Amino acid sequence: MIPATFDYVRPGTVDEAVTALADAGEDAKILAGGQSLMPLLRLRLAYPDSLIDLDRVDPLREIRDEGDTLMIGAMATHHQVVRDPLVREFAPLIARATETVADPAVRHRGTFGGSLAHADPAGDLPAVALALDAVFLVRSVRGEREIPAADFFVDWMTSAMEPDELLLSVRIPKLGAGWGAHYEKFHRTAQAWAIVGVACAVRRENGTVGEARIALTNMGSTPVRASEVERAVAGGAVSEAAFRSAAEHAADGAEPPADLHGSSEYRRHLATVLTARALAAAAS
Amino acid sequence: MPRIRVDVDGATYEDDVEPRVLLVHYLRDRLGKVGTPVGCDTSNCGACTVLMDGVSVKSCSVLAVQADGRDVTTVEGLGLNGTEHPMQRAFHEEHALQCGYCTPGMIMASIDLLRENADPSEEEIRDGLEGNLCRCTGYQNIVRAVRRAAGEMREPSEREVAP
Repeated sequence: MIPATFDYVRPGTVDEAVTALADAGEDAKILAGGQSLMPLLRLRLAYPDSLIDLDRVDPLREIRDEGDTLMIGAMATHHQVVRDPLVREFAPLIARATETVADPAVRHRGTFGGSLAHADPAGDLPAVALALDAVFLVRSVRGEREIPAADFFVDWMTSAMEPDELLLSVRIPKLGAGWGAHYEKFHRTAQAWAIVGVACAVRRENGTVGEARIALTNMGSTPVRASEVERAVAGGAVSEAAFRSAAEHAADGAEPPADLHGSSEYRRHLATVLTARALAAAAS
Repeated sequence: MPRIRVDVDGATYEDDVEPRVLLVHYLRDRLGKVGTPVGCDTSNCGACTVLMDGVSVKSCSVLAVQADGRDVTTVEGLGLNGTEHPMQRAFHEEHALQCGYCTPGMIMASIDLLRENADPSEEEIRDGLEGNLCRCTGYQNIVRAVRRAAGEMREPSEREVAP
């Protein structure tokens, strides 16, 4: 199908993009990699008055070492993120989860920031950002502000960004020595959305679990932090039995959706099984 | 209406295009390059895969205006002087198609796969082609064809022409 008509703006700088967004009003959409938005436009599930294309705002593609944190530009592509040596060293959870996003052609265009701003709870990266306590840097003509991941995902496909705000970059606290990470994704066919996914990072300390960070994909209208499991494994043994027992709490407080791929009950069950697997893989 | 300048299969085109025109529709309807089919219209099937600046993209998920200043290669740009690309020949010789609808996208995605990995295992080929659906072959012969083309492209014989 062919999208409805829209005005097309192609800014060359961040300032131009922010100004264009302010001028365009509430019915504007940002076009990042377009791998989620373009199908919505084609199916006319979205019909913005104007589209502001960030494809040529090259500074937004930068990935930079900032000491204790890693700065990933909003327009860094999935393909770029997976291969980036800084990401692989300091944020392996992001590399592992991003490898599972869609397929190679989509990863060539799709962007890190676009996936997060899209705020689809079935997307893989929102749960990863939540587990890693990422911080989102956004800008409008009114100024810049930072939004912690815990506040960023508000509802189904809804972020805390105002309509005139543009996501510039995401800061990821580095995970250093002793940390292991794993993204456990359960889906029925290649390139399908996760029925449930588990983003998990574990720090081992003298043979025990020093700290764990876990967040779940597609277990509610936003990504869900599995805080009960994090508490249950902290200070405990690195053992499959301990992980299975702690993972019984994975779905506590979650309100998973029911759809063609599974009932809410099935997703609750999956969350417990996959969380135990993710913990074991991350801690090994 | 924005004016774009785009290289497609070795020729340069300048056109005024409506912003909502998808790259695949520009290629087919404006340039007549109907070798690139429209498949699923939902970004799943990969039939419309082309190379843009050398990397695979689904041309149903890129606007024609986004190809401005870029270099696009479709399946029609592969054969040089009437000579098949090694991947095209391998698909032919391994019978890696039945109805042929997915083939242009499958071939472009396979070439992109070998660009990054000149000697992929069967599993790596299946992973690399996960964005391209075939409903006829069961993929067996497609995987064989990519293996064969990879071998030939690593050690080109005298009758081959590299891309």
